[in-house]
Amino acid sequence: MTTLADPHKESFRLSMLLNDTRYRSLTFQFIALVAIIATMAFIGGNLVRNLAEAGLNISYDFLGAQAGYDINQRPISYDSQDTHGRAAMVGLLNTLIVAFLGCITATIIGVVAGVLRLSPNWLVRKIMAFYVEIFRNVPVLIWILIIFSIMINAAPAPNAFRGDEPTASMWLFDSIAVTNRGVYLPKPIWGSGSLLVVGVFIASIIGIFLFRRYARKQLFDHGRLIPTFWPSLALLFIPVILAQLVLGTPISLEYPALKGFNFRGGITILGSLIALWFALSIYTGAFIAENVRAGILAVSKGQTEAAAALGLRPGRIMNLVVLPQALRVIIPPLISQYLNITKNSSLAIAVGYMDLTGTLGGITLLQTGRAIESVLLLMLFYLIISLSISFIMNIYNNTMKLQER
Amino acid sequence: MSDTHAQSVAFVRETEIPQSPPPALEAGAVKWVRENLFSGVFNTVLTLLALYVVVRFAIFVFPWFYNGVWEASSRKECIDILREAGKGTGACFAVLVDRWDHLVFGFKYPPEGYWRILLAFLLLLVAAAPALFSSLPRKLLMFTAFYPFLAFWLIWGGSLWLPLTILGLIIATMLVFRLISSQIPVNNRQIVSGVIGVICGAGLAYLLFIGAQELVFIANSVGTEGVISQVAYGVFWIMAIFTFVFCVPMGIFVGYAIYNSYEDGGLVSIVASLLFGYLAFVYLLSPIWMALNSIIPIELQAVASRDMGGFMLNMLLGTICVSLSIPLGILLALGRQSPMPLIKGVCVVFIEFIRGVPLITLLFVANVMLAYFLPPSSNFDLILRVIIMITLFSAAYIAEVIRGGLAALPKGQYEAADSLGLDYGQATRLIILPQALKISIPGIVNIAVGLFKDTTLISIISMFDLVGMIRGPIQNSTEWTSVYWEVYGFGALLFFVVCYSISQYSQWLERQLNTSHH
Amino acid sequence: MKKSVFLGALTVAGIIAGGASAATLDEVKARGKLNCGVTTGVPGFAEPDASGVWQGFDVAVCRAVAAAVLGDGNAVEFVPTTGKTRFTALASGEIDLLARNTTWTFSRDVDLKFEFIGVNYYDGQGFMVPKELGVASAKDLDGATVCIQTGTTTELNLADFFRANSISYEPVPIETGAEAVQQYIAGACDVYTTDASALAAQRANFEDPSAHVLLPEIISKEPLGPLVRHGDNEWADISRWTLNALIAAEELGVTSVNLEELSAGTENPEINRLLGTEGELGSMLGLDAGWAKAALGVAGNYGEIFEQNIGAATPIGLARGLNAQWTDGGLIYSPPFR
Repeated sequence: MTTLADPHKESFRLSMLLNDTRYRSLTFQFIALVAIIATMAFIGGNLVRNLAEAGLNISYDFLGAQAGYDINQRPISYDSQDTHGRAAMVGLLNTLIVAFLGCITATIIGVVAGVLRLSPNWLVRKIMAFYVEIFRNVPVLIWILIIFSIMINAAPAPNAFRGDEPTASMWLFDSIAVTNRGVYLPKPIWGSGSLLVVGVFIASIIGIFLFRRYARKQLFDHGRLIPTFWPSLALLFIPVILAQLVLGTPISLEYPALKGFNFRGGITILGSLIALWFALSIYTGAFIAENVRAGILAVSKGQTEAAAALGLRPGRIMNLVVLPQALRVIIPPLISQYLNITKNSSLAIAVGYMDLTGTLGGITLLQTGRAIESVLLLMLFYLIISLSISFIMNIYNNTMKLQER
Repeated sequence: MSDTHAQSVAFVRETEIPQSPPPALEAGAVKWVRENLFSGVFNTVLTLLALYVVVRFAIFVFPWFYNGVWEASSRKECIDILREAGKGTGACFAVLVDRWDHLVFGFKYPPEGYWRILLAFLLLLVAAAPALFSSLPRKLLMFTAFYPFLAFWLIWGGSLWLPLTILGLIIATMLVFRLISSQIPVNNRQIVSGVIGVICGAGLAYLLFIGAQELVFIANSVGTEGVISQVAYGVFWIMAIFTFVFCVPMGIFVGYAIYNSYEDGGLVSIVASLLFGYLAFVYLLSPIWMALNSIIPIELQAVASRDMGGFMLNMLLGTICVSLSIPLGILLALGRQSPMPLIKGVCVVFIEFIRGVPLITLLFVANVMLAYFLPPSSNFDLILRVIIMITLFSAAYIAEVIRGGLAALPKGQYEAADSLGLDYGQATRLIILPQALKISIPGIVNIAVGLFKDTTLISIISMFDLVGMIRGPIQNSTEWTSVYWEVYGFGALLFFVVCYSISQYSQWLERQLNTSHH
Repeated sequence: MKKSVFLGALTVAGIIAGGASAATLDEVKARGKLNCGVTTGVPGFAEPDASGVWQGFDVAVCRAVAAAVLGDGNAVEFVPTTGKTRFTALASGEIDLLARNTTWTFSRDVDLKFEFIGVNYYDGQGFMVPKELGVASAKDLDGATVCIQTGTTTELNLADFFRANSISYEPVPIETGAEAVQQYIAGACDVYTTDASALAAQRANFEDPSAHVLLPEIISKEPLGPLVRHGDNEWADISRWTLNALIAAEELGVTSVNLEELSAGTENPEINRLLGTEGELGSMLGLDAGWAKAALGVAGNYGEIFEQNIGAATPIGLARGLNAQWTDGGLIYSPPFR
């Protein structure tokens, strides 16, 4: 009976490090630490010895050296006289561009396909199931190659626009050219007074925001339903167009035109970007569709029935009752799909889109021969991107979580 | 009762009215079409739109498929055949016929050995069956355990005795474990524990002593130029001193720990069997199998790993990497759940690192970097390096799935296991893992499918898997240049068949496991 | 010794193949096979044929070295490499010899620590355009979209060329030759640029080769040659002199047809030294006396290999040009065998 009274009397013995659960975990961790250090010694020693044998050293000086190659999509100014470091930054931005665009379109495709998979329409349901299954079960690399091939062969070459009887023509009053090298769009030219138009545009966005808040307040306080869609649309466009007309079109458009070998002027979206963007979003969209479907099914049927009993139409039930609740189930897998898009964008190498893997992990690695440094930097960049995406999305997820009390 | 009723009501029908058929619009195909396709304006528009898409697609693809040429020796011949027949479009499936072997087996595998691959594949189905379908007799798992050795022999060839000897040594190692842990009396075990403790303690101390020297060597070659180098120099020196100081105490301590475990026999039997296994593999393996082989030679033509190719390589990598990554994933998941901060930290860093980088960069590591991290003059096969990296990659993802399974277990299960007096190993093995794994199976299958698809990425590091074969030798060859749809379509079809079957299985399994009520 | 105990204890035995860092020659002999790095497929230079046997101009060099060392031209393990993997494969010892139309440059030789053993094809970067574009000179290509194979010296040459002529272009980087052709044929790029030999080889595969022209400008020097690792001079010597033996044999008139006859002994002492009937050249290299005979026995001399794989009679149809013997006004020249 007295043994329970005072455990401090028990003096420390060596065997307690093993048998006493209070100390055992410390022992294990200590052993693990030694094992880790031993492994590092092993790997590090090999690295040093191998490098010495090959006469190489680890140095990041090459990032400051002249790159000497050109990149076809340059979000920041770059030419072949710039450094490898700047080329890597261009690649990084290109990765972010395709990942960002891919995430947006994949979400749209995924939500539409996921909702339509539960549509009462048999044919639509089956087509969507076909889409989801065929895209989920074939490697993304094959899809990228197939879609790139389709784009190259189906879209007309710039040459087809030439001559007296061109076989292809531009769209929308000669403002958009779709070629197999990319899509050429009109570019806005900011004339004098364009700041005012932009100001009007921003003001109308704020206006729409306020109007919607007002409509919601009316709905909640007085039960009056004010239509918001068409007024918002009108509010978005009419003031800007009016401002344009009144001020004498300060913002004009520069149209792409066929000059020499290519379309010049306007904004160019490269074919490789389009193919990669489309392939990634349609592939990931199939996965997101499954997540959305699972999320919608996770909302209990009673919710739908209750909403129907209140007299809501099917569209409103989906928008106001089911999707907001399904969102909580959908967002966590959505985060990992966004990460997948970012990581799969490294397959850009297969279509010649100059992303991070194409510049730093591709041409820079080959031209400088700095394989270890390049690959380490490459992994570091991707790690930073992935961790930031999951950090931001986790914050969003936490704000969307059901507040449990 | 019926009397009162009879008095209050004037007329009661006593026979049933014959059932009339439902209205024409509410029956049969018409009803189905009305309800499923044209139930409203929006739905009608959707249906018409969908029909348009399907018909356009069919008009586009069907003639191409139907006119396909199956016999030709080059693309030019294909085009000539189509032109002569007066057909506008047509596929050139002849490339599949001509390069079938290359697409499926790779171009280096000896053709007379194709049956081995097919047999190994069929046996894979048999071996996988008991693991996949719990209704099959458990005895079949014996075959599953034996399968890797058989498949290794069938695919790589060489002497049958090599895998058999490995199997024998593994069994012998297990027997040693069994012997020490439960067969011998405690007194004898005390002696064994003492001997093994001394050997291991001395060996470990020696290893750590050399490790410390190694660290000093690294520190000196890092040098002290620049801030980063100085920091690294310092860190390596600290680690070296740490290792040096602790090499003897660690040796004594581990030796003592092994000796101390003689009563329950846990640690000593593990260490002893590992020691036995290591020695057996180093010193007994090659003499035994070579001796056996010289007595009764059972050999197949040996095939080097780099001669594997085509779809077979994808299947091979997929199967091997998934099976290796499941145990590793379990360990990582358990490590991540561990209350010990260091072990948890290592697992978290590893998992998050792997999940944060694309597989292609890990393949670059396998291809251009791994050689620098291994002892000079050791030369891993590229395929082995790739297997290592893909295994690590999928282990991280599987670990996350299993962690989900572990987290989903009610806390009561852990507490119940504790209250029964089970230690950590017993509780994990008998209570926690069986339940957690059962929950995680669908997730693991999804990862496996994803991994199998990702094996196509090895084509980017110049390995001739299915995609690499298409993009390399086939499209570069004189005969089949500019052939795209047929080969890509074929590749897509092969992957679709395999992945779709696995995902159907996964859905079936989910329904089986789902015992909750609706 | 201590180190090896440490390493041995930490690595599972049996996985690690290969022994101590022996000389490459001993390793190859012990292995019984030469590991030779080639491309993943360039018609005429290195590609597996329908039965999976590697064929081509670069492949012939591998086979000749294998024959010289091991006496068997088929004792070669061909390791396909891409632009990205070729140098690390060689540096890490995965391959013993890299014969993958690699341009001999200063930085590859000095900075990347490789040893070029000679030049087996003098090439230069050229341009191919569709005839209908009506382009006569590369200087007319202002604003054109150019397909380039990445990972080679070509993209640097291209950037330099366009900058020197102050004209602009849009590069389309592409991994494999097949994909470059795909884009070029579909009109996704106006120009395709790579080594002139590869352009000719790929044009030969087009449906209508005559609709495409090679522009007259050759904008770079591309001496393509096999290479080995720095530091193992014996192995470099063996490879270098096997290549030289092929070249010298053509100059001396030794062909696969008269090889047997000439190896019985001739009046010409240089032929005798080459074929091992006179002198000790073989043993100086650490090989048999008949090493060069074995190398020549695989596919004949340099000229025969050229004609078989990429010469005028093949679909690729390259003229000898710079790659004629020096006696015929070319650059192919072997130092004397003496």
